Amino acid sequence: MWYHKPVINEELLQSLPNLKIVASSGVGIDHLDPNLLSRYGVKLSNTPFVVSTDTADLGMALMLASSRRLVEGYQMAVSPDTEYFPADWLGAELSGATLGIVGMGTIGYKVAERAKAFEMKILYHNRNQRNKEEESAVGAIYCKKIEDLLHQSDFVLLSVNLTAQTHKLIGKRELELMKPTATLINISRGLVVDQDALVEALHNKVIKAAALDVTYPEPLPRDHPLLKLKNVIITPHIGSATKKTRRLMMENMTESIQAGLTGLPIPNEVL
Amino acid sequence: MSKKVQAIYLWWHKPVIDQELLQSLPNLKVIANSGVGMDHLDLKLVASFGVKMANAPNAVSSSTADTGMGLLLASARRLVEGYHIAISAGMEYCEADFLGVEVTGATLGIIGMGNIGYKIALGAKAFEMNILYHNRTRRKEQEEQAVGATYCEKMDSLLQRADFVMVVVSLTPQTHKLIGKREMELMKPTATLINISRGAVIDQEALVTALQTGVIRAAALDVTYPGPLPRDHTLLKLKNVIITPHLGIKTDKATYMITEEAVENILAALNGLPIPSEVLPS
Repeated sequence: MWYHKPVINEELLQSLPNLKIVASSGVGIDHLDPNLLSRYGVKLSNTPFVVSTDTADLGMALMLASSRRLVEGYQMAVSPDTEYFPADWLGAELSGATLGIVGMGTIGYKVAERAKAFEMKILYHNRNQRNKEEESAVGAIYCKKIEDLLHQSDFVLLSVNLTAQTHKLIGKRELELMKPTATLINISRGLVVDQDALVEALHNKVIKAAALDVTYPEPLPRDHPLLKLKNVIITPHIGSATKKTRRLMMENMTESIQAGLTGLPIPNEVL
Repeated sequence: MSKKVQAIYLWWHKPVIDQELLQSLPNLKVIANSGVGMDHLDLKLVASFGVKMANAPNAVSSSTADTGMGLLLASARRLVEGYHIAISAGMEYCEADFLGVEVTGATLGIIGMGNIGYKIALGAKAFEMNILYHNRTRRKEQEEQAVGATYCEKMDSLLQRADFVMVVVSLTPQTHKLIGKREMELMKPTATLINISRGAVIDQEALVTALQTGVIRAAALDVTYPGPLPRDHTLLKLKNVIITPHLGIKTDKATYMITEEAVENILAALNGLPIPSEVLPS
């Protein structure tokens, strides 16, 4: 299954009596109901680790693009109306700035490894604290309370999976706790953020900017306010979109399917 | 008024320093540049009037290096194209077709390993990139090891092996059109060229041809010649090109630090002390 298609519901499962396995591309399984599949005796697999570096790379790409106003800059550089480049047009530096990573799993940790090289101060919030070695390798400081992270961060990057607990994790309250000079970067799932609250926060300068690889829905309706805001960069869910990674994902999925069909232990099975 | 002027702080190449201006400012002692590049100045002419010159080499490194990495990532992952697809009205696209190229584990070739080039290497190392570099002189072994960089005495060798070629040299008669048709043809057809030096370091016409015919995959340019380009220039229209408006040092922090460096240089010159970042005509 690619890009959440086909939709797996009762109707489909009833019509496919010999279905043995659903292999889902990517790591997120929020679009699937594992209990439903289990009732029909259908196995489930995903592709958890191959997507990690590309997604972390994209998180960094969005952070750099947003802080340096790359998309706005491009538009200025190619616009038919541009005669000269204004001297008072400025972006913000990463070095010395504070990055708050919400969700320090495989992807979040890889973001920390990369951000460290840009001399960023790194805070993180996670269900569990990482061990001391892992923390000191990237110079990351644990924030047990997400509020502490939000207060101090210049960049807040979301790399959690979507669950009942992380649904609208970042809402009006959380956005108001952020600095007015802060940027929100989302590489998780659109539903982790209360989108209406985000629009309002950006409009009222409660936060400075946002960079989103994911929205809800995808794509957004063409008249959605997020598409029109100058201080928002949106990319079309390309976190894992490189030739090499897509090939690896496909290989993983094929392996899982073959195991599922022959009754062998399934690599990357989701239980 | 013109007799009172002792120092000029040159901001974005203005004012133009020519014979006429220098003659009209008899008490001018020093010209401090906002940034590191001095290619817009006639060093010999200025020196002939007994005027000292200084640049701001230290303040520019971080922000320019970040611009280089930002452009590399944006180009590799087709960020600008992706943005336009994400926001455009009624455009159908096939998600599965929209692919970029990997950054982690790819080979980065840095041409010009000065302060800025080295900072880029530090950033690239965190992305587990394989780093090659070409420079007039080889760096110390410790410095190479710290970033895992391999020296390429011949630039050709770097061009043939790199997935990303990052040009970080100063503009001199030797580096003018350093990257031309021949160099681009040595590059991989899947490679990306990133320029954060000066537009004139690249043969722009050759670049247009190379991009249109698939000789290289893409380019990302913070600098062009001229900057801005004429509005009908082909580079502005190519899908596989990202151009940014020379934003290498355009951050609050960098502009502040550059001004601090310039002021230090000016005060030293006016007090007859050694100038911290003096630039001499070669």
